[in-house]
Parts: sequence; C-alpha cells; structure tokens
Amino acid sequence: MENSRRRFLKTAGFSILGVGAGSMLIGLAPGPSEAAGPAAETKPVFVDRPDAKHARRWGMVIDTRGLDARTCRKMEEACHSIHNVPDHIGKFGNKNHEIKWIWDTEFKHAFPGQEAEFLSDRLENAPVPVLCNHCDNPPCVRACPTRATFKREKDGIVLMDFHRCIGCRFCMAACPFGARSFNFRDPRPAIEDENPEFPTRMKGVVEKCNFCAERLAVGKMPACVEASGGALTFGDLNDPDSDIRKLLADEYAIRRKPNLGTFPSVFYIV
Amino acid sequence: MLEKALKGSKTYWMWLLALAVVFAVGFVVYLRQLEFGLGITGMSRDVTWGFYIAQFTFLVGVAASAVMLVLPYYLHDYKTFGKITVLGEFLAVASVLMCMLFIIVDLGQPMRLLNVIFYPTPNSMLFWDMIVLNGYLFLNIVIGWNVLDAERNNTAPEKWIKPLIYLSIPWAVSIHTVTAFLYCGLPGRGFWLTAVLAPRFLASAFAAGPAFLILLSFIIRRFTGFDAGTRARQTLAKIVAYAVLANLFFFLCEVFVAVYSQIPEHMSHLQYLFFGLHGHDALVPWMWSSMALMVLAVIFLIIPAARQNETTLIFSCAFVFVGTWIDKGLGMISGGFVPNPLHEVNEYIPSIPEIVITIGVYALGFLVLTLLYKVVTGVKKEVAGQG
Amino acid sequence: MNDKNKIIAGLIIFFVVLLFPFWFNLIFGAADAATAPEPELTDKAKQAETCVAETDYMRTEHMQILDQWRDMVTRDGKRIYKAENGKEYEASLSNTCMDCHSNKEKFCDSCHNYTSVDPYCWDCHTYPEETE
Repeated sequence: MENSRRRFLKTAGFSILGVGAGSMLIGLAPGPSEAAGPAAETKPVFVDRPDAKHARRWGMVIDTRGLDARTCRKMEEACHSIHNVPDHIGKFGNKNHEIKWIWDTEFKHAFPGQEAEFLSDRLENAPVPVLCNHCDNPPCVRACPTRATFKREKDGIVLMDFHRCIGCRFCMAACPFGARSFNFRDPRPAIEDENPEFPTRMKGVVEKCNFCAERLAVGKMPACVEASGGALTFGDLNDPDSDIRKLLADEYAIRRKPNLGTFPSVFYIV
Repeated sequence: MLEKALKGSKTYWMWLLALAVVFAVGFVVYLRQLEFGLGITGMSRDVTWGFYIAQFTFLVGVAASAVMLVLPYYLHDYKTFGKITVLGEFLAVASVLMCMLFIIVDLGQPMRLLNVIFYPTPNSMLFWDMIVLNGYLFLNIVIGWNVLDAERNNTAPEKWIKPLIYLSIPWAVSIHTVTAFLYCGLPGRGFWLTAVLAPRFLASAFAAGPAFLILLSFIIRRFTGFDAGTRARQTLAKIVAYAVLANLFFFLCEVFVAVYSQIPEHMSHLQYLFFGLHGHDALVPWMWSSMALMVLAVIFLIIPAARQNETTLIFSCAFVFVGTWIDKGLGMISGGFVPNPLHEVNEYIPSIPEIVITIGVYALGFLVLTLLYKVVTGVKKEVAGQG
Repeated sequence: MNDKNKIIAGLIIFFVVLLFPFWFNLIFGAADAATAPEPELTDKAKQAETCVAETDYMRTEHMQILDQWRDMVTRDGKRIYKAENGKEYEASLSNTCMDCHSNKEKFCDSCHNYTSVDPYCWDCHTYPEETE
C-alpha cells in the first residue's frame, strides 16, 4: 500500500517536473490543470484486453447426443495439452497421481443417485464428459483456508491461485464432483510437450478446469468447446438472449447432483 | 522445574535416545517427502486424506479428553483426580503438538503454511481449527505448568489461572467439534454428512484419552513409583466405559439411519468398511476387530470385578485405545472417500514411508510427553518428600 | 561464584559462533569477494530502451511489480498493464518479461545467485532456452 502511494507521488512529481521543463524548452507554459491531467493518468492501471470475452456467469451445455468417444478424446487432448496437464498414467503408470481437468465417464458415474434403471443402450454406454462445474455456490471455495481457490465475481468462474495454495486438499474433500486433482509430485517430467504460453504447476498444489479463463481473456472460446464439433455450447447464463440460454429454453437439461445446492454451471442434455 | 527432566536413570535416557532416533528416521523420510511430494504416500486422487489426517483426528480427541479430568477436579472439586489431572493436561499438550505436526506433514506446500494467517478466511473450518488448536495448546501449557509450579512451592496457583481453567473446559469441546466440522459440513461425502459426527467424535475421544491415561499411569507407577491412585483410575475407567458405550450407540444410530433409509450415498461407505464394495475389502477385518474390541472392553469395564482387577483393566483400556484408533485413525477418514463422488471404488492403503513418518511424529510426541511427565513425577516426589 | 571461568569460556564460545559469518569472511572470504554482477541486456532489451518502469526502480522493485501482476492476472483476469510511461504491456512473466530478457542465466540468475535468492517462478513458468 505504502509502496504504491510512494510510487504514485514520485511519479506525479516527476511528471509535473518533466512536463514543466519540457514546456519551458519549447516556450509553452501550460495551465496547472493540463499538467495534472497526464500525471494522474500515468498511475499504473490494469485493464482487460479489448478482445476479451465477457459474461456475468459463464456456463456450458453438453449435448451428449452429439458426442462419441473420439470427440471426447479430442476434447480431452485439446484441454490437457494446452494447460500442460501431466500424464502420470502414461508416463509412470501411476493411477494414484492422475491429474485430469476434463474426462469422460459413464452415465451412472456422472450422475450417481440419478441413474435411470432401464437406460437406452446409447445412454448406458455413451461417454459423458465431466469437468469442474464452476458452481454458483461452490463448496470448495467455502472450504479453502487461504482463498487460493475463489469464485471470480465478474464472471462466476471458479479459479485456482497456484501461488497461494498450501496443498491441504480441503477443496478436494469438499468438491462433490471429484473435479479436482492434486500434484502428488513435480508434474513436469510427465508433460510431453510443454505449452510455453501457459504455466505448468508445481508439486503440492491442487488444480482443476479453469473454464479456459486465459483463453476467454484473449477472446477465444474454451478449448474443449472448440474441439467438440458443436456438442458443447458455451455462453453467458445471465444473458437471456445468449445461445446457451436459448438452448436451455428449448431442451430439457439436467445438472449433476442438483440436490446438494451447489448450482453447477454445467448442464447436460441427455 | 525443567531441570527435573535433566536428571534421570539410564533407562530414562535410553528411552529418550530411542525416541529421538525413531524421530530422526521419520524426519529423514519426511525430507524425502518434501523433495518428491506427497506422492510417496498411499494417497490418491480419490482418497486425498489418509493416515496423517486420520492420526490428527484421533489425537485431537486424545487432547480434548483432558477435559474429563479438568472438569471434575476444578469445577466439582473432585479431589481424587488431584494427582492425575496434570498428567491429563500434559498429555493434551503432547497430543496437540502431534496434531499440528500431522497437519504440517500433510500439506503439499508446508512452507506456505502462514498463508492461513496472511489471508485469514473465516468461512473455512481449517482456519478455526488452527485457532482452537493453538489456543488449546497455550491453555494447557500455561495451566499445567502454573498449577504444578504452585504445588511445588506449596502455594495456591496464581489467581488469573482460574478463569483460564474454566475457559479450557469449553475449549476442549471446541477443538473436537471443529475437527468434526471439517468433515461433516462437506456436501457429497455421505459418510461424514451427519450431525452426530461431532458428538461421536467426542464420545470416542472421551474413551480413548482416559483409557490411554490409565495405561500411562500404570507405566509411570512401574518406572517412577509415582502412583496417580487406584481410585482415580477406577473413576476414569467408568468414564471410559460410558464413553465407549456412547460411541457405540452413536455409531449404531448412524448405521440405522444409513441402512434403514437405504440411501446409497450414506450406506455405501458403511458397506465398504464392514463388508467390502465391488471386491475391495482391505479394511473389513480391521473394522470388525475394532467393534469387537470396543464391545469386549465395555463388558469388562462395566463388570466391577473385572474393572477392579488391574490385569483386566489394562487389557480393557488397551482394547479401547486400539478399537477407537482403528475406528478413527483408520476407517473414519478413508471410509469417507471410498467410494468417491462418482461412485467408483479406489482403495487407500498407507505406504511404508507414510507409516515411517507417522511413527516419527508419534516418537516426537512421546518424547515431549516423557519430558513433561518426568517433570511432573519429579515435582510430585519432591513435594511428597517434603510432606 | 566458582563458575566464573566456565561462564566466561561459554560466553566466548557463544560469541565466536555468533560472529561466524564475519570472521569467516575476514579470514577466508576477503581475497575473492564476489563483485556485484551487472545483469546483461539482450539486444532486444537494449533497443526497447525502457522497461515497464525506470531501471533503478525495476532493479529494486521488480518483485513487487510481478506480485501485483500475478494477483491481477490470476485473480482479476486483467491482463493489460498500463505502465507509468503510458505504454501498455501484457502482464506476463513468460511472455512479456522473458520476451526481452530472454537470457535468464545472464539477466535473472546473475543477481539472484549473487544475493542468494531462489525465486520459485521457474517451477511453473517457462523461460526461453539459452541458445548461445
């Protein structure tokens, strides 16, 4: 705090001095208001990129009817390679250390307690992609003792601050969807091709899907949505005119474990 | 008073040395864990809390159980506990110390521990756990030390100690309640999602702690000649008996709710623990042994003749300790994680390094306990010598 | 007191141990005391002439700036940093800082090693491999 104040004063002083000296050189004496203007503006500020995508509450609809195992694999690969998700199973054959952000499972595992008994063959065997639900009322955020995981107020994405996570794994116990993974060891040896644009993680921190916050910030859609061939719809749940809301109005969509009151932002059309 | 811990027999020093060596071995393995990560444990993506957190949970109970001595002695002036209360308080000190160490060894990034203080988060139960545990450690050190010092100087304890003693009573209950709240407030973990978890934790704590204290009092009598008193042990044994009964009762309440309601989310964990699920049954023999040990102990402790016989008393207390340890230190935590939220079964079995680190933490706890008890027995003998 | 000698001996030992860094350097270190390194600039960095702040300021406060950047980017999602000099930068260690200062060894490490600090940035963030 004190630091930034000092810096601001210093900057303001320097700028006024600079503007004053410069104007004397070219013989133009500016009014005091003009001098104060640029000085106030040069205080460092952070802004969004102009091409960033915005929403009040990002959400996703997964249409399982349009998905097959190959598309699911493509989505997973897109996500995991972009985000430097290590492959501990492939590299070391260790299932305990597995890390995954998005993966597909069977209907009965995605929706335990909602299993329909006489499911059609298609649904019985259809791959159901699961990922972090970016709940509107996230229990993981409630549990975190350092606010290393938090719900971003501006768009509802539940994020991880890997710099702050102490690795207590309380969030993993709190998540009713098994969406979180822990770095039981240094992930780097298990990453095939590192994407230099995205950081890897370090041992001892928890990670999970981030709804591609880093891509939304530069105006791109989430990687899995792009790889899904149209089966995944992504948009603003708060905007009644958005594609995602229109889809939800037309189709009957369910969510995982709605009875727990976490209000997932990921919907499924089955 | 600390100088009392510096004079002892050869056995005393050998025992301390042995504990120090075990601790050192644990520490070396911990350094390995620090370097490699928690991957050297048996924990997995599905069972993310294992042996460490289970020991923490069990030991919070042992620590809280000091209230079973403090409350009768200070609040109801129950003189029989005069010699044993400080033993209970110092057992609490050693236990809380071990609890904190178990939390630290369980962290993925222990050097960032202070983030809990830099970014205080009152909505996280872990934040409150930190507060109550540290507070309880402080209370017990201050109270135990001051009361013992006063006894040595043949004076009444300082006046300001009295409110602290009264504060320590609800505080003891709070540490185990908050510990239960770590688990029972999590949606989607049906095994823990029960209001009876905190009471059950307290019941099993008030069984395990005093049972252990009875055993310790026998050991102390054997090695130092200091006797906490048969009557004190008998009263404690009755407390243990009813606490185990309460624990079993609460457990059966849970079994009824889960099994009669037939809600899979609640039932499947019990099924896993006691019968195995989808062919996974590593904990089944343990859980049944735990139940058998507790039931046997109740029978022994309730029959007066068996309770008054020192041999059966020792066995009963050992049964209670082991039974509740399996219940809480083995089944309670991993049981809640199996099956996982997607109803898949992935079992947890602690790894060797994990067990070595655990034993190392216990060794340090016992080292501290030995030193504290050495001081206590030294002072008590000195006082008796003068009188 | 009969322990006078013991106390004095103990005090002397205590101070000798306490002052270890000083006498050690005096006796063994003076000859090859490391000179303060001058971080090397890449051509790209030289061309840019100015960093996100003045050089002196960067030298002492770059960690605070990075701290601020990381909180803004990871927690608020604001990725553009409007510097005091009016220019806009993408707040990114790997993609902005290391774009100019692509010589980690001669730029970052030289000072960090000298001052014996070991930042854990590189545990997760990547840096360009040194080509020379």
